Amino acid sequence: MSPALMRVLRVVVLLSAVRGAPLATVTLPPVILEPVPLEPVAPVPVPSEPVRVDSGADQNISIPINTEQQQQQQQQQQQVSLDVDVMLTGELNPNHYPARRAAQVVLHHLNTRYGSPYWWGALRQVHKATAEALGDSGRKYSLEVTLQDQISGTKETCTAEVVFPGGPAGGPPQVTTSYEGKSEINTQAQEEALYNQYNTSQNLLSGHNLPDSYGHVAPGMEPFWHLGGVASSFVMLKESSENTLYNMAQVVSVTQLATENNQLRFNYDVLLHEMVSQEIIHWKLLASWSPQEGVKASQMELLPKCHHCEPPQEH
Amino acid sequence: MGVCVCVCVCVCVCVCVCVLMCVCVNGCVCVCVCACVRACVRVFTRHQVLRISAKDELQLSALRDLEALDHLQLDIWIGVRDVSTPVDIRVPAFSLSTVKSHLDYYEIQYSIMIRDLQVHDSIYNFQDMLVSENPNLVSKIVIGRSYEGRPINVLKFSTGGTSRPAIWLDTGIHSREWVTQASGTWFAKNIVDTYGKDQVLTAILDKMDIFLEIVTNPDGFAYTHSKNRMWRKTRKPNPGSSCVGVDPNRNWDAGFGGAGASSSPCSETYRGPSANSESEVKAIVDFVKSHGNMKAFVSIHAYSQMLLFPYGFTKSPARDHGELNELAKKAITNLASLYGTRYRYGSIINTIYQASGGTIDWTYDQGIKYSYTFELRDTGRYGFILPANQILPTAKETWLALMTIMDHSSRNSY
Repeated sequence: MSPALMRVLRVVVLLSAVRGAPLATVTLPPVILEPVPLEPVAPVPVPSEPVRVDSGADQNISIPINTEQQQQQQQQQQQVSLDVDVMLTGELNPNHYPARRAAQVVLHHLNTRYGSPYWWGALRQVHKATAEALGDSGRKYSLEVTLQDQISGTKETCTAEVVFPGGPAGGPPQVTTSYEGKSEINTQAQEEALYNQYNTSQNLLSGHNLPDSYGHVAPGMEPFWHLGGVASSFVMLKESSENTLYNMAQVVSVTQLATENNQLRFNYDVLLHEMVSQEIIHWKLLASWSPQEGVKASQMELLPKCHHCEPPQEH
Repeated sequence: MGVCVCVCVCVCVCVCVCVLMCVCVNGCVCVCVCACVRACVRVFTRHQVLRISAKDELQLSALRDLEALDHLQLDIWIGVRDVSTPVDIRVPAFSLSTVKSHLDYYEIQYSIMIRDLQVHDSIYNFQDMLVSENPNLVSKIVIGRSYEGRPINVLKFSTGGTSRPAIWLDTGIHSREWVTQASGTWFAKNIVDTYGKDQVLTAILDKMDIFLEIVTNPDGFAYTHSKNRMWRKTRKPNPGSSCVGVDPNRNWDAGFGGAGASSSPCSETYRGPSANSESEVKAIVDFVKSHGNMKAFVSIHAYSQMLLFPYGFTKSPARDHGELNELAKKAITNLASLYGTRYRYGSIINTIYQASGGTIDWTYDQGIKYSYTFELRDTGRYGFILPANQILPTAKETWLALMTIMDHSSRNSY
């Protein structure tokens, strides 16, 4: 909260009595909103390229596309205008949810492959998307996306394919991408330093509520927040379908275990947010990490939604 | 004999219920008693407000040094001026020991004015303060009560007239979306600050009224502070179920019962037993209907960075889809102009998901053409727990989009 806003919200209410009787004056405290975070404010990343307006509509597209594509999209729209259960095929609007959900799956996949306490990918934009039915084998999305490392802000564009398996057994989506690994930012030094710092049987790390209710992450704990996010992508990847969109909502707790096979190991308790159902889903997992091996998650366990349970509030 | 107004602030040191008794004696003297009803299990001090009295220049200088330390994140309520004026500073919990050590070192006298400031009650205080400071522009209307009996307050910004065409803004209908209630509070103050200075806003308010409901789900909001940060719904129990609450954005009479909401009380998108079953929703429905002259209706949520318009319950495009789409594009372009924040836009059902019983589907079908829903920052990194340093930027950029919509409504009467 900026001092400017505080000044603006400030008030002093003076109460007065009448007829010279002793005054009881009470000063009403000014109102506050949220407390402010401990660490210095990082500027909100501003894109280096000019802001591109993302189109939200089919017929009114701000970016010129060829009329053939436009016609195809109009035809599609007419076909599915009344029946929402029919899955779209062909060229998809990259800003509508079917493409976005498939693209999110790509990001979860990339996090499982390339994520670390210093690299945590997020979807920035979908440029192109098509979908096709594979008969019994399910449905395949072909995508061109820009992803962004949430820590350094570095962006990269790649293509990807996501297959959502068909049939009653379902199963996790299968993802392939053209992404070849982190290019610009070199996180190796930071990773080595973190690894060495925590590769000890003394003072095993533990933490909780990352971030806390106010979006604050305790100093020094950010890498473990990131690691939790990356490890959660293992769960979110395997749980994803065309009807879900997952983000990690919060790390409830992280507890370091003794290093094994040169991997740092952490028990994580996380809350995932599933956008379509709006549910908050509680998972436990064991995350292991080293700079050489990257992140792996195992012992993933869904905890039942407890309606009577009230998780402790961090103050 | 005159009239005595009694206002008391009661704080508890412990986690317990504060019982406040305020008695006007002889019509002139207020006596306030505060008792903690339940035994304290542990004392938790979160944020304290310290009143500091510097007695000389050396102490004043020490205080200025303290103020300059950004990492302490102090909120100066009454700043350092001279030795006769006390300094009031809100100190976050993590800075308390540092600040107190500093004060003790310089032997600076201070007292703890407020031991544990509660956020959700303070928004009610803020609303009353805004009205009392700006009686010619702002008034407060209680449009109903929440399930647990909390007042549902709407601020009316008006420069006069009777039943002028109006704009409605609401924040906090889903209680865990804290950036929205915070932004709503900022919007209120910003309207008061810029009326008469900002040409566009002044022109709007000279023709139209603005209604702003900041804490649209007060029970849920209180619950996110006391028990469960991720609570979304109302807090009304569901008979025959151990699960509490109804999704207030699935409880409206628009496509109610259809796909895009749940029939299970345990679900986060539970539609409720019937449309308008929730008093928080019914209050707005009744207000809008009896007002009869609402021209724009904006319901504010978080997160995802989207600007959405009807419909959510059906794929059939709204009659005004073209205009709503164009206006949305303008609004998010203006939003992005401030910090580069990228928004997507489109109908609810295309952009995010199918949702039935939603607010703006109902308001649109009531004839309120400019019906929009925002999903504010961010896109999932922090999600519902957006850090405080993003609240002001979010509020400011969102305001640019709101002004675009309000300005358009004002110029395009129907």
